[in-house]
Amino acid sequence: MQIDLIAVESRRRDPWAAILWVVSLAAISVFFCVLADIVWRGAGQISWSFIVEAPRNAGRAGGIGSIVVSTVLILLVCLATALPLAVGAALFLVEVVSPVHPVSRFVRVSLDTLAAVPSVVFGLFGNAFFCVVLGLGFSILSGGLTLACMILPLLIRTTESSIRSVPQRYRYAAAALGFTKGRTMVRVILPLASPGILVGTLLGLGRAIAETVVLVFTSGYVDRMPSSLLDSGRSLSIHIFDLSMNVPGGEPAAYGTAVMLVCVLLVINGVVLCLAKLWKSRTGLNVATAA
Amino acid sequence: MSSHLALRVTNPGFSLANCILWGAATIAGTLIGLIVFVVLAAAMPALSNVGLERFVTDASWHPTSDQFNLAPLIVGTLLVAAGALALACPISLAAAVFVTFYAPPSIATVYRRLMELFAGVPSVLFGLWGLVVLVPLIAKLSPPGASLLAAILVVTLMVLPTIMLIAATSLSSVPIEHLHGARALGFSRASTIFKVIIPAARSGLAAAAVLGAGRAIGETMAVMMVAGNVVKIPDSIYDPVRTLSANIALEIAYAMDLHRSALFVSALVMIAFVVVVVWALELLTSKAAFQANAD
Repeated sequence: MQIDLIAVESRRRDPWAAILWVVSLAAISVFFCVLADIVWRGAGQISWSFIVEAPRNAGRAGGIGSIVVSTVLILLVCLATALPLAVGAALFLVEVVSPVHPVSRFVRVSLDTLAAVPSVVFGLFGNAFFCVVLGLGFSILSGGLTLACMILPLLIRTTESSIRSVPQRYRYAAAALGFTKGRTMVRVILPLASPGILVGTLLGLGRAIAETVVLVFTSGYVDRMPSSLLDSGRSLSIHIFDLSMNVPGGEPAAYGTAVMLVCVLLVINGVVLCLAKLWKSRTGLNVATAA
Repeated sequence: MSSHLALRVTNPGFSLANCILWGAATIAGTLIGLIVFVVLAAAMPALSNVGLERFVTDASWHPTSDQFNLAPLIVGTLLVAAGALALACPISLAAAVFVTFYAPPSIATVYRRLMELFAGVPSVLFGLWGLVVLVPLIAKLSPPGASLLAAILVVTLMVLPTIMLIAATSLSSVPIEHLHGARALGFSRASTIFKVIIPAARSGLAAAAVLGAGRAIGETMAVMMVAGNVVKIPDSIYDPVRTLSANIALEIAYAMDLHRSALFVSALVMIAFVVVVVWALELLTSKAAFQANAD
């Protein structure tokens, strides 16, 4: 329909065209300026030793080795908890109950509300529940579990839509072959839905790695190399925040870490786009590429 | 959608898979209840000892000396969110109209992909940029720099991509018959868009703004880094301001007893804001669905 309108209009003058071009390009160039500024100031910091060395002198010197390890551990805990739950809940919503079933509607409404809860509230909840009530303290485990609660609605939504897009004929075929329900799900539906689930997982990962305030309250500030999941560990985003706000002279290292974070996000985004394209060419199905 | 039917027929009796899935759905569905319960339980001491009305009638927010006025923080939160929306909404609408109707398809696709990328940029990066670039710029204009204006600009950047993407989706889902009708009547492109398409998509556009409002209210890190965090209702746009979420993040580390509990009360206030937002959204989207059906 875009082409439709443009074709008709090319012969007429439209004063709005110029305004919209200028506003839209100005808006997107502001974002480019922000990213370019960060990369310009931080790219010089990046080196192999910056990535692997432990931070020294409150992060002003040394690298971000222990922080990368903590971040990876937090994300692993988060995904290991959230992914099975999300796949289970999504299978439930598509394969077990009908969309109009009261339980299904209840789960949906509560997930919508969960998705809208501000991250600072997740932080407080994680602090009160995982750190204090369950006695996990400020730890990688508390942080990962709280993040899992936060990305669960997003994971369920993306997983649900990819399970729903598995064509109906596969279900009938499995039923005709006498597959049990469980076997149908594990052998037929999940493999077919897996590219969509993978894309959803990557989007959730992007959301989790961007999160700061939740982790300030739950996994803490300690920048040493963690020796177990019950140790406090500092994530990349907290490291940027702490260096820029609380450590005088910490800005160069903050920018270096910020560049690392931008690179990770670019990689995630690129992989998401490639996967979506690949899957579309294989099966003709669309995958949502944004959260 | 009757996908469940095919599977339900295969095995009507007990199955382990069924149990596991019910379990997962129960956990997912009751998680919000657990969160509200935990926050409420932690807020209880302050609610019962201080009472709800003192959170708006006390002289100031000095929780260590028994003063619990949340009003400046609530006003700060709403000012930042309102300012950011006032800036982000028109710009995102313009960008959404641009990608849907004006840009050549290739540029439109690239524009969308970039906005998807920017929607996922961590808030701490915008905070860092605001702190190092924006705040000194504003300080030249009118000190101290860390101000309501800086917070509004940073939050604008954070909500713009989200609002723009949702607005573009709702613009492009306006039924094609509307376009054909407008064309048959000889409408120009601009009048088609402004007189036909935008009115037809208004529920979806409003939903986009409401969702942006939710994000703007909840934003913590970026705001905390650039807003100056003084607990006072600002007199001008150059005054520092503190939001509810920044307040929680700043004080939770050392808050004890009633103070800590009062912070959980402010979290309850934020949950209340969010519930209002979700309900408004629910209303708007069900209205949009109704309109779409009527069309």
